[in-house]
Amino acid sequence: MSTVRFEGIARHFGPVRALLPTDLDIPQGEFLTLLGPSGSGKTTLLNICAGYLEPSAGRLIVDGRDVTAAPPRLRNMGMVFQNYALFPHMTVAENVAYGLKVRNVPRAELSRRVDEALRLVRLEGYGGRAIRQLSGGQQQRVALARAMVIEPAILLMDEPLGALDRQLRKEVQLEIRRLHLARPRTSIYVTHDQEEALVMSDRIAVMRGGRIVQIGSGADLYERPVDTFVARFLGESNLIEGRVEAIADGRARLAVPGLSAPIEGRAAAGLAVGAVASALIRPEAIRAAAGGIEAGVIERVYLGEIVALRLRLDGGHEVWSRRFAGEVPAGDRIAIGWDAGAVSILPPAEAV
Amino acid sequence: MSGAGGTSKGAAAALMAPALLVVAIVFLAPLVRLFAMSFEAKAGPMATYLEVLGDPIYRHVFVNTFVVSATVTVVAIAIAYPTAFALTRIGPAWRTLLFACVLFPLWISVLVRTFSWMLLLERNGPINRALVGSGLIDQPLSLLFNRTGVLIGMVQVLLPYAVLPIYAAVLRIDPALIRASEGLGASRLRTFLSVLLPLSMRGVATAATFVFLLALGFFITPALLGGPASMTLSMLIDSLVNERLDWPLAAAASMVLMVAALIVVGLAGRFVSVRAIAEAHR
Repeated sequence: MSTVRFEGIARHFGPVRALLPTDLDIPQGEFLTLLGPSGSGKTTLLNICAGYLEPSAGRLIVDGRDVTAAPPRLRNMGMVFQNYALFPHMTVAENVAYGLKVRNVPRAELSRRVDEALRLVRLEGYGGRAIRQLSGGQQQRVALARAMVIEPAILLMDEPLGALDRQLRKEVQLEIRRLHLARPRTSIYVTHDQEEALVMSDRIAVMRGGRIVQIGSGADLYERPVDTFVARFLGESNLIEGRVEAIADGRARLAVPGLSAPIEGRAAAGLAVGAVASALIRPEAIRAAAGGIEAGVIERVYLGEIVALRLRLDGGHEVWSRRFAGEVPAGDRIAIGWDAGAVSILPPAEAV
Repeated sequence: MSGAGGTSKGAAAALMAPALLVVAIVFLAPLVRLFAMSFEAKAGPMATYLEVLGDPIYRHVFVNTFVVSATVTVVAIAIAYPTAFALTRIGPAWRTLLFACVLFPLWISVLVRTFSWMLLLERNGPINRALVGSGLIDQPLSLLFNRTGVLIGMVQVLLPYAVLPIYAAVLRIDPALIRASEGLGASRLRTFLSVLLPLSMRGVATAATFVFLLALGFFITPALLGGPASMTLSMLIDSLVNERLDWPLAAAASMVLMVAALIVVGLAGRFVSVRAIAEAHR
């Protein structure tokens, strides 16, 4: 278990700036997720941490030691790859034992630790199997065991669920979470899947265009996104564009063309009076309210316990509302409202 | 159309017909004729085989052929492996250049290459002059008309057949495996020995099979660069046909060579599938 500190770490490939100078501190035992679309720099950051990629600038400090120039084999990090990267010519047990053999761990201890690692990922008795005999989910669990058995300072995971189908994804996702809770270990997890990020992470760093846009707990990011990009990337969102009318005491008022009353909400940083901004209203905050804004129901989507409604406000804006099935009124027209406390006024995402 | 399967099978047969016809007329028919001929000696049907397999001189030729082929295979693989490995590790410009160096000899006739070696290897040729001139040796080495000359020439001619399958095998190894190995703490040497080498062994087996089979039946190079003491089976067959005019004996020797080749293919088949050989040459 270790602390990790990125100090001004940057990387460019020729003229392409894959990662802008980035500072990031990860405390001991934290599960941090780098979340972002492809090309956002998240895998670059991970590969720099593992030592597979040299940074163009900056320093990487692990437990107070500068490891920027250390080769991967001296960093003691456990890496889990998207395509598993298991050695196809070795059995399950040989794969898991590889890192221990390299470290010259005595035979008895080695076999005890391999057995324990396989038990942890619930693959007891699979040690003698060939890799190709395993399902994708089992293979990724072997990869997890192989990475964890060396007691790595940091566990690195590069979209480990990316190659699995939906059902297995859920299964391995919960497996990783269970393993982390049983034995917290400093972990960096890369994904573009917001659900994975929310389920597993202590903190999430949302990345875009080679930099970290926002970092915080899942609740921070969902309830207090810094801009429209983060709002769109985490959860469902209704974003209504307008101009900032007034900012005071951490609240802002947004004038929206076509709406008779301005929308009020929490003011994010970076707003200016008169500038373009968007009001974020999460679908679950929109409810029927007598005397509210008149809206026509365009579409009803039944999702089991939830019903999603696509509404066209009389001003012409379209929004989604998600309510429990019992709360949804019948009819083609309803009056809607929302709590001002559930609204955020956000600046537009920076151009990339 | 009655069925897509039937139609495509019919079409496939039609497409392959010219090739099958050629193979049947110019290969299978003579082979059958040769097989029959090998039993047509005046001394009795099995006399040829008894002579080919029993005569110590012919046995010497068999042994020499196998020793030469095996040595060529080992040397060619030893040179080809690092070359193929380097090909997967260098930049595109260097790779193109190195590939050209590997493949260029294939575009030149074996005869031309073999005559070139005769010029290079002769007693007063550039290689001996350079060696004597540099003071490394006092007397010129005899590099021609003996086994040394045959080995040098055959290795050079057959090297591309060793490089290509190994290159294809190394190229197929997922680079993430190397990262995984290094990330788990392995040195470069350890990664090579534990991961890259075992995973490229199929390519090595394919290459070895190829080179060995081609070497077994090689004629021009051993005939021109070798001497009487380093006679190979193909040279023997040639002299049986052209000098002794003993067709049945030549046919029997050919059959023995073919059976030996088939045994090698059969043994190799345990390690290398025919498909792997085809893949290596895509």
